[in-house]
Amino acid sequence: MSSEAHTSADYIKHHLQNLTYGQLPDGTWGIAHSAEEAKAMGFWALNLDTFIMSLLLGAAVMFMFRSVAKSAASGIPGGLQNFCEWSLEFIDSSVRGSFSGKNNMVGPLALTIFFWVLSMNLMDLVPIDYIPLLMSALGVPFFKIVPSTDPNATFGMAIGVFLLVLYYSIKMKGLGGFTRELTLQPFGKWGMPVNLLLEGVNLIAKPISLALRLFGNMYAGEMIFILIALMGGAWAGMSMGSTTLYGSQILLSLGWAIFHILIVTLQAFIFMTLTVVYMDMAHQEHH
Amino acid sequence: MNINATLLAQTIMFALFVWFCMKFVWPPIMAALEQRKKQIADGLADAERAKHDLELAAKRSAEILREAKEKAGEIIVNAEKRDSEIIEAAKAKAKIEGERILAGAKAEIDQEVFRAKEQLRTQVSAIALAGASKILGREIDAKAHNDLLDKLVAEI
Repeated sequence: MSSEAHTSADYIKHHLQNLTYGQLPDGTWGIAHSAEEAKAMGFWALNLDTFIMSLLLGAAVMFMFRSVAKSAASGIPGGLQNFCEWSLEFIDSSVRGSFSGKNNMVGPLALTIFFWVLSMNLMDLVPIDYIPLLMSALGVPFFKIVPSTDPNATFGMAIGVFLLVLYYSIKMKGLGGFTRELTLQPFGKWGMPVNLLLEGVNLIAKPISLALRLFGNMYAGEMIFILIALMGGAWAGMSMGSTTLYGSQILLSLGWAIFHILIVTLQAFIFMTLTVVYMDMAHQEHH
Repeated sequence: MNINATLLAQTIMFALFVWFCMKFVWPPIMAALEQRKKQIADGLADAERAKHDLELAAKRSAEILREAKEKAGEIIVNAEKRDSEIIEAAKAKAKIEGERILAGAKAEIDQEVFRAKEQLRTQVSAIALAGASKILGREIDAKAHNDLLDKLVAEI
């Protein structure tokens, strides 16, 4: 590496840049080849890598459960069926624990969210240079394989959940009931503007916290992976310092990866549990 | 983006990570799954055994019922046999008793007839004696003609 500071910054930037498709400065549509180009595309651009990875992972999870469901037998479950039943039971019990209403959609929703987020998070454990290197060999400038480090993906899911919360709030309490809940508490009808402000913040905070929590955790985790990977980039011949750095890169990234098994599962579980809790609040008359 | 030793480090790290997972993450999960499988298998086996036991019990109860019916039939047959035996015996006894009573009655009748004949005989002799004495016009000395009277009585 020629100039250390420059390449480190480049390396980090490269790893944090999505593969963006949108309108290029010259007016044509195509893939941005630099962060500046991607930024210039504005809102109407698509992060292809997030899109492709989340679709692929979602499809893989669906395929797994579908294939098990199709061949499910009532006898002694073996292998994958056993695993799927196990996870289904786990999610079912945690939904029963926190959702008190009556809605057959919440269980499958929780299952989908958990496994989708989990599979997206798990991509974090793949060594960070593998896929980008492969992709650059194929001529693709950027490729982030962890969709949950892209706020677009987490906000997309959170907004989906938010719409469901709104839908069920109105369906369960009626438009009037929902409006009353937003305006008439906690201070009664004379404190209506304050109530609306408080409850409005309360409501908007739900999708934002949902999205930002997942994004923040995964992004920070990814960032640390990148920083650890940079240590090996400091290799400058067979010296004591660089060997130590090199060794500690391996150990640190190993430690971080092991720690991340926990983070990855936990974040998926939190996203799922919060979704269930928000749905529960949508179904309840007053909270 | 150029390939450098970072890739090597990551590969080593990934290999270690996979090893770690195989060593420490995979086994507990597999153990949990295996235990779940075993639990289900045990449950199913228990259910199967219970079903089998139930079948066996049903079979056995049917057999017991059949045996009991058979025994009851046998007892009824025996009872009928014994019944007829008792009736036969009673009949025989009654017949014997009746014969005995009949014989006794016959003997009594014979005796009575004999006694009546005897009385009749003495009365006839008395009548004969009275008739004879009337015919002869005098009284026959019963004592004097006792042997003659006895002879007459014997003749009657």
